[in-house]
Amino acid sequence: MKGNEALAEAAMRAGCKCFFGYPITPQTELAAYMAKRMQKNGGVFLQAESEIAAINMVLGAASTGVRAMTSSSSPGISLKSEGISYIAGSDLPCVIINVERGGPGLGGIQPSQADYWQATKGLGHGDFHLLVYAPASVQEMVDMVINAFDKADTYRMPAMILADGLLGQMMEPVTFPEVEPKVYDKSSWAADGHKGQREHHIINSLYLTPEALEKTVVDRFAKYDIIKEKETDAECYLTDDADIVVCAFGATARVVKSAVNEAREQGIKVGMFRPKTLWPFPVKEICKATESASKILSVEMSMGQMVDDIKLAINCSKPVEFFGRTGGVIPTPAEVLAKIKAMGGNN
Amino acid sequence: MAKMTVRTERCKGCGLCAEACPKKIVQINKEKRNKAGYFTAECIDDNACIGCAMCAMMCPDCCITVEK
Amino acid sequence: MAVVFERPKSLCDVPLHYCPGCTHGIVHRLVAEVMDEMGIEGNTVGVCPVGCSVMAYDYFGCDMIEAPHGRAPAVATGVKRTNPDKFVFTYQGDGDLAAIGTAETVHAATRGENIVVIFINNTIYGMTGGQMAPTTLPGQVTQTTPFGRNPELAGYPVRVCEMLSTLTGVALAQRVAVDSVPHVREAKKAIRKAFENQKEKKGFSIVEVLSTCPTNWGLTPTDALKRLRDEMIPYYPLGVYKDSVAGGND
Repeated sequence: MKGNEALAEAAMRAGCKCFFGYPITPQTELAAYMAKRMQKNGGVFLQAESEIAAINMVLGAASTGVRAMTSSSSPGISLKSEGISYIAGSDLPCVIINVERGGPGLGGIQPSQADYWQATKGLGHGDFHLLVYAPASVQEMVDMVINAFDKADTYRMPAMILADGLLGQMMEPVTFPEVEPKVYDKSSWAADGHKGQREHHIINSLYLTPEALEKTVVDRFAKYDIIKEKETDAECYLTDDADIVVCAFGATARVVKSAVNEAREQGIKVGMFRPKTLWPFPVKEICKATESASKILSVEMSMGQMVDDIKLAINCSKPVEFFGRTGGVIPTPAEVLAKIKAMGGNN
Repeated sequence: MAKMTVRTERCKGCGLCAEACPKKIVQINKEKRNKAGYFTAECIDDNACIGCAMCAMMCPDCCITVEK
Repeated sequence: MAVVFERPKSLCDVPLHYCPGCTHGIVHRLVAEVMDEMGIEGNTVGVCPVGCSVMAYDYFGCDMIEAPHGRAPAVATGVKRTNPDKFVFTYQGDGDLAAIGTAETVHAATRGENIVVIFINNTIYGMTGGQMAPTTLPGQVTQTTPFGRNPELAGYPVRVCEMLSTLTGVALAQRVAVDSVPHVREAKKAIRKAFENQKEKKGFSIVEVLSTCPTNWGLTPTDALKRLRDEMIPYYPLGVYKDSVAGGND
C-alpha cells in the first residue's frame, strides 16, 4: 500500500470522523483516498478553499469532540500554523500530517526533513508544543497515526505525523491492527450543544489578563513535562558497542541503516539511533544509546536541524557532527559511509 | 398602566432609549451616576408610559424591563 | 402588570463590555431572542470572531467557540458538517468577514454551508481603535485614512450582500439596520428567517446589520444612529438581496 493511502486508512480505522484538506504534492493521494472512503465510513470529507480554512474546519470539528484530521505538505503546513496555534491554545485534540517537501518558499516537490524546527519548535506563535511522530516505514505510519489520535485525546493537544515525500509515495506491505477506536469522554469540555443540562462550554484561547494567560500556559507546560517523561520513543540499532552513533529519523534512517550495515561489514563499530518521537525528543534514550560512543553524527535531509537537539540532549558532552542533503536530494548510503569514515570511524 | 424599569448598574447612559421613546418621558439623569460612573436612564413620568417597549428595543445593554 | 419586555434567557446575565451606545448589544439581544423563541439555545453552537465582539462567547448562552480572525465560517463548517443536527451561527464584524476572512466567507457561502452568518457592518475597525475597514465609506476619516478614504489609493468599499447574492449556495442575503425601532424589528425578522432556513436545511444565510461605532466615529450614540441613517444606508441600501426560498436569482 502507498504511504499516503495507508495514513488515510489508518486514520479512519482509528475513528477519525472527518478530514479537511487542500491538494498539495506530495500528499495528495491521502486526500483522494479520504474522498473515496470517508463518506462510506459515515464520516465527513471536505476539500477546503485553503489550508487555512482546512485547519479551522478541524478546529471547529475538534471543538465538538469529534476526531478530526488534516494533512498537507510543507508550504501548506506554514499556512496552517495560525490555526495550529489556536488549536493548541484551546487545548483541542487533532491529528495533522505533514508529508514534507523541500523548502523554503515554494521549494520543490521532492522529499525533505527541513520542517523539523517548525514541527518541534515553531509551529505557530506563542508557547506551545505538538506531539511529533516520525515514521520510517509505511507500517510505522499506520501504527503512529492510530497512536497519535489516542495521545492527542489523552493530552487534549494536537499531534503531528512528520513524514516526508519519500514515505508518502513509497509502496510497502502493511497490516492494519484490529483495534476498536478508544472512546474518550469529552463531555466536560466539548462545545456540542448543552441541551439545557449544563453550563455553556466555551472553546477559547483568549485571556486578556496576563496572569490568567500565564496560568493556562504554565498548566499546559506542566502537562508537557509529564509527556516528556512518558511519551518518548526511539529505536537503537547496534548502538551497544558503537564508537560512532549515527542519528537519523524518518526515511533518512533507512539510508543510515544501510550505511551502518555496510560499515559493520567493514568492521567499523557504528550504530544508529532513530528518534520516533521528535517532540518530546528522546533525551534519556539518546544519552543511553551514545554511552559507549566517542562521536555522534546526525544525518538529515536538511542543512542540520535535529542536530541541535542532539547537542542539547547530551549537553554537548561529545562531538556531534552533521551530514545532510537538502532541497529534495536524498543522501545515499555511500555518502553516509564516507562521512562515517571521515570521522575516523574505522576498525 | 405601564412601567419601564432601568437596571441602573448596567446602564451606560447612551441615551438611545430616550431618543426612541415616543412619549419623550425617558431621560438621562445628569444628577446621579452609577458605580461605573455613568449617568443613567430613568422614566420621568410613570403615568405617561404606554408600555410600548421601544426604549428597551433600542437599549444596547439590555437593561430595561417593561411591564404593562 | 405583565412583563412585556425583558432580557432573553439566551443572553447571559453579565455586563456587556461594549462602549456606550454601541449597537452590538442590540444585535446580540436579537440573536438571543430568536434562540429563545425557537427553543434552540441548548442545540446551538456559536462561533465568534476577532474584533470587538471577540468576547461574545461570554454573552451567548449556547456553547461557543472563539475562532481565529476571519476564520469563523471555516470553524462553523467544521462544526456543522460533523454535527448536522445542531444550529450553528457565526457573529462577525466587517474586518473579520470582509477583509481577512473574505475567502472563508465566500467559500462557505458558495458551498451552501447550512449555517447562519450575522455580519456587523459599522464601516470601521473598532477594537484596534478605528482603522479603515473594507466597508469604510469613501471620504470617511479613520486612523489609517486620516484625510478620508480615497478610493484611488485605498480602493472602494465592499458591498457584501450584493456580492454574495450572486452565489448559488446562498439561501438568504439580507441587509438590515438597527438605527430605529422599525429597523430593529425588521432585523429580528431577518435573523429569525436565517435560523428557520437552517432548520429547513436551505443553505447559507447571511444577515448584514448596519451598526454604529460611536467611539471611533467620534459621535454621540444618537448622532451615530443619524450617521448610519444619512450616510450608510444610502451607500448600503437595506433589503433582501437574495432569498432562494421566496425565489432568488437562480
